[in-house]
Amino acid sequence: MTGAIFGVNGPVLTVTGQDGFRMSEMVLVGEERLIGEVIGIEAARSTVQVFEDTTGLKPGELVYGTGSQLAATLGPGMIGNIFDGIQRPLRAIEKSSGVFISRGVHVENLDTEKKWEVKFLAHSGDKVSGGDIIAQVQESPSITNWVMIPPGVKGALKKVAPDGLYNIKDVIAIVASDASGPKNYFQDGEEAPKSPETEIFLAQKWPIRNPRPVKQRKMVDRPLITGQRIIDTLFPIGKGGMAAIPGGFGTGKTMTQHQLAKWSDADIIVYIGCGERGNEMTEVLEDFSKLKDPRTGKALMDRTILIANTSNMPVAAREASIYTGITIAEYYRDMGYHVAIMADSTSRWAEALRELSGRLEEMPAEEGFPAYLASRLSSFYERAGNITALNGKSASITIIGAVSPQGADFSEPVTQNTKRFVRVFWALDRSLAYARHFPAIQWLTSYSEYLDDMQPWYEANVGPDFLTHRQALLRILYEESDLMEIVKLIGSDVLPDSQRLTLEIARVIRLGFVQQNAYHAFDTYVPFAKQLKMMEIILYLNEKCRKLISLGISMNVLKACDIFDQVIAIKYNTGNSDPAQLNSYFKEIDSFYGRLYENNA
Amino acid sequence: MEYMGLSEIKGGSLVILEGVDNPAYEEVVDITVDGWQKKKGRIVQIFGDKVVIQVFEGTTELSLHNTVTKFTGKPMELKLSEEILGRVFDGLGRPIDGLGDVYAECWRDVNGKAINPVSREYPRNFIQTGISAIDGLSTLIRGQKLPIFSGNGLPHDQLAAQIVRQASLGADSDEQFAVVFAAMGVKYDVAEFFRRTFEESGAIERVAMFLNLANDPVVERLVTPRAALTAAEYLAYEKGMNILVILTDMTSYAEALREISSARGEIPSRKGYPGYLYSELASLFERAGIVRGSKGSVTQIPILTMPNDDITHPVPDLTGYITEGQIVLDRGVHQRGVYPPINILPSLSRLMKDGIGKGFTREDHPDLANQIFSSYAHVNDVRALASVIGEDELSDVDKRYVEFGNILESHFISQNKFENRSMAETIELGWETLGALPRNELDRINPKLLDEYYRSRTASDF
Repeated sequence: MTGAIFGVNGPVLTVTGQDGFRMSEMVLVGEERLIGEVIGIEAARSTVQVFEDTTGLKPGELVYGTGSQLAATLGPGMIGNIFDGIQRPLRAIEKSSGVFISRGVHVENLDTEKKWEVKFLAHSGDKVSGGDIIAQVQESPSITNWVMIPPGVKGALKKVAPDGLYNIKDVIAIVASDASGPKNYFQDGEEAPKSPETEIFLAQKWPIRNPRPVKQRKMVDRPLITGQRIIDTLFPIGKGGMAAIPGGFGTGKTMTQHQLAKWSDADIIVYIGCGERGNEMTEVLEDFSKLKDPRTGKALMDRTILIANTSNMPVAAREASIYTGITIAEYYRDMGYHVAIMADSTSRWAEALRELSGRLEEMPAEEGFPAYLASRLSSFYERAGNITALNGKSASITIIGAVSPQGADFSEPVTQNTKRFVRVFWALDRSLAYARHFPAIQWLTSYSEYLDDMQPWYEANVGPDFLTHRQALLRILYEESDLMEIVKLIGSDVLPDSQRLTLEIARVIRLGFVQQNAYHAFDTYVPFAKQLKMMEIILYLNEKCRKLISLGISMNVLKACDIFDQVIAIKYNTGNSDPAQLNSYFKEIDSFYGRLYENNA
Repeated sequence: MEYMGLSEIKGGSLVILEGVDNPAYEEVVDITVDGWQKKKGRIVQIFGDKVVIQVFEGTTELSLHNTVTKFTGKPMELKLSEEILGRVFDGLGRPIDGLGDVYAECWRDVNGKAINPVSREYPRNFIQTGISAIDGLSTLIRGQKLPIFSGNGLPHDQLAAQIVRQASLGADSDEQFAVVFAAMGVKYDVAEFFRRTFEESGAIERVAMFLNLANDPVVERLVTPRAALTAAEYLAYEKGMNILVILTDMTSYAEALREISSARGEIPSRKGYPGYLYSELASLFERAGIVRGSKGSVTQIPILTMPNDDITHPVPDLTGYITEGQIVLDRGVHQRGVYPPINILPSLSRLMKDGIGKGFTREDHPDLANQIFSSYAHVNDVRALASVIGEDELSDVDKRYVEFGNILESHFISQNKFENRSMAETIELGWETLGALPRNELDRINPKLLDEYYRSRTASDF
C-alpha cells in the first residue's frame, strides 16, 4: 500500500494516490522512511502525522503503509532502558547518529542480539491461553521477566525449546492454536494469519492505543506507600489509583514525581518525560543508577523504564509517548507486578493534541484545545487500575500525572478535565514554594478519595486509630487557616491562649511533619511506621498542652520551653531504623507537662 | 529553478506561488524584486504544487508580476568558523559591520537538532557572577538556561551586562570563554549599550552579535535566535568553548510568532499566541547544555519583559515551564532603590541544588539560602500586617523580621553595578544578614552550622 505526499504543514502531511490505508496504521514516509501514523482518511486524501522532523519533504515522495498499527515491542531489555516517544532506544540512536538526534534513524526497539537465559516452566502438551506464563528470564537484578503467551492465543503447547540462551527473535515455543481465536498480534506487529500454529517469542508486539486485556477489574484496596509524609498520611493514593499533581512552574512537580519514582513501593516504575527538560532525564539516569531501592537494596534503575520526549523533540511523538509508556506498564502488570507510571507532564501531551488539532483545522473547544481532550484524558487514566490479570495474578497500574496549568490557573481545561477523572489531587502552591516549603502540596485544596476504600487495609495493617488521627491532624491545619485570617488583620498576640496553642501546634505540624527534605539523608524517605509515631507524638503534645492551658497556664510559659522545637526536629534527629527511640519523646512530653504543672498549678 | 511572478500576496510576510515543481518543506528561496532588490524567504506550507512562502524582509514592494523566485533546495544555513567572534551580523546571520564576508569552515542548518538526553551531561559547575542575589540564592550553573523576567523600565540590560562582565568560571580556569548576543526587536540604544559594554570590558573580540532591531523585519526575528544558537553550539561543541548566550527580548520574538501565525489564519490559543508557542520556545531554550565528550558548554540568559509586569502572561509562563529557573525583577523592589531589583522569592535556579554545597561552594550554602528564602517570605507577611496595624503594634519578633527584611535588601541584594563579590563574600554577607534575626527563628539550618557561623547582630552593626 503506497501513497504520495501532496501537502506538508509542520508534522502533518496530506497524502494522495491510495485508498487502502487504515486508521491508526503506521506508515513510512519518503526516502528516509520517517515513521508516521494515519490519523484521517477521506475519499481522495489521507492525513498522516509524522513522528520526526519534516524539513525537506517534497510533494510526490512516497508513503508506504505497513499494514499494522503503531505498536510497542514488549520483551526483556526494557528495564533500565531509555526510549523516545515511539519506543526507539535513545542509546542505540546515540550510537548511530551521535549526540544530536538525526531523523530517519532506524534502530530495533529492543536489542535483538542479546541472548537471555531462559528457564521454561511449561511443558509440551500443556493447554495455554493468553497471559499464561511459560518461562522466566532474569531481566535485571531485581526484576524477573515472566514470559507470557500473547493475549488472544489459545491452544496446546506443541513444542517447547530446552532451557538455554535465546534472543528475542528466536522461536521458543509453538502453540497449536484454536482456529477460532480472535485476532492475534505477534512478532512483526501484523495480524497473524489464522494458522493453526502460532510461534511464541520472548517478545511480543502490542498496538499502543489499545489497552491490553485483563480478567477482572477490582476496587483499590491498599495504599501505595511512598515514604512522603503528606502523601502517605494525609492524602494517600492506592495501588491502582490515579492522581494528578498540578502546579505552576517552580512549585516542584518534577521534584515530587522524582521522589515518588525513587521511593514508592511499586515493583516497577515507568517514568514518562513528556515535553519536559532534557537535563531532567539526564538527572534521573544519573541519580537512579546510584541510588538504592530501600526494599531490594538494588539500584533504582533496575526497576525503572524511562520514556523521553523532551520539549524540543517532535511534537507528534509527544502525543504517542504517553501511550507507549502505559502499554509497557500494562505488559509488566500482566506478569503480576505493581507498576507505577509518572507522566510529566500531561499538559504537554494535551498541548501536542492541540497543536495537531490546529494543523488539521478542527473546530476548537476551550482555549483552542480540541473537543475530544476530555475523552482522551479519561481513556488514558482509565488504563490505571487494580486488576486480576488473565493468568489470575493480582496486579495494578497506578498513574500519577503532573499537570502544568497555564499561569498556574487551576480553572484551565487540562486541570479541570483531569480533576474529573482522577481521585487524588495534590495541588502544588506557589506561596509555599516561594517560602521553600517542600513538598509544596497545599493541604487546604488537596484531597484523596481512596480513604474509604482502603479503610479495611488500614484497620488490619496499621491500627484502628489511623484515620481518626489523620483527621485530627488535618483539623488543626484547617483551624490554623481560619485563624490566620484574623491574625493577618490584627496580629496573633490578641488571640486567646487556646487559639495561640492551635497556631503553635499547626506550626509544629507544618515544619516537623508536612515539610520534608528531599535532600536529607534519611528524611527523603520515611517508613510508614515512623510517620505514624511522629503523628502520635504531635497529637500527644497537643493534648498535654491543651490540659495545661485549661489549667490556666499561659501560652508564653509553654512557648518558653523548647519542647515544640524538639518535636519539630524529630525528622532530623531520629533515624528511620530505630522506632523505639521515638518513644522517648512521649516521656519528654510527660516530663515537660509535669514540670509546668508543678511550677505553675 | 526560477519562477516569474507570484500567485497571491497575503499581509506583511506571506506570499503564495503556484505551479512549483518539486519544492521541499522549510526550503529557502531567493526573491529578486524589480531585477535588483534581494529578499529571502522560506517555504512554510506545501499543498501539491502550491507553496506558501514566508518572506523575511516583508512583502513591501512586491507585486504579482515584478518578482523572480529561485528555490535553493536547502534549509536556512549559517556560515561558521571561529572568525565569527568579534563580528556583528544581521538577524539572518549576514555581516553588517563592513568587514566583509566570514570565511566559512562549515555550513550549519539554523534549526539545529535535539540533543539526545543520554548524550547530555548533567550541569554541576557554578558560574560566579559576582552578584550576591544570584550567586547566593539562585546560583547560575554552567550549561543552564536561566532567564531574566523583567518589565519595561527595569534595569535588566544593566544586570545582563554586569553578568557578562563579571562571569567567571573560577580564578584558576584556563578554559575559553565567549559570548553570543542575539537582539530581537530591541531598540538601537539597547544594542548599542551592549556593544559599548563589551568594548569597554575588552570582551568585544570574544563576542558574536546578531542584531534584529525594532525597525528590522519582523519575520527575520524568528531566525535570529536560531542563528545565534547555531553559532553558540558550533563554538561550544566543536571548538570546546564555554559560551554564554544572551537573548533579548524574548517577548518580541513571541510577538513576531503571533503576528505570523495570525497572518496564516491559524487557530489561536491564549491571548492570540499560537498553540505551538511552547514547542517554539523549547526548541530555542533546550539548545543550552553540556554534551558528553566535549569540553564546551552553552549557557543561556534569555531576557524577557513581562507585559504589564504579569508573570502569568503566556510568554513568561511558558518560558518558566521550559527554563531551569528564573531571575525575577520587581518594580516594588526597584522603587525602594535596590539594584539589582531582584525579587528573590519567585526567583529560582533549579540546577543550584547539585552545584552548591560541600565540594562546590561551601557546606553551609544550601541551608543558608533556604533560611533566607523562608525568613524573607515571613517578612512579606509581617509587612502586610504592619500596613494594617502599624509597625509599632508588631510583636518584638516581628519587628526584628522587618529589620531583617530591610537589611537583606540594602546590604545583601543591593550592590554597585561594578561591584564583583566573591562567593565567599556573598556567603559571609548572608550570615551577617541572618544575624539580625534571633537564633531560635532559624529553623532551616542545621544546629551545628549555626554554632559555627551564626553571630547575633543588631541594626547598628550594619
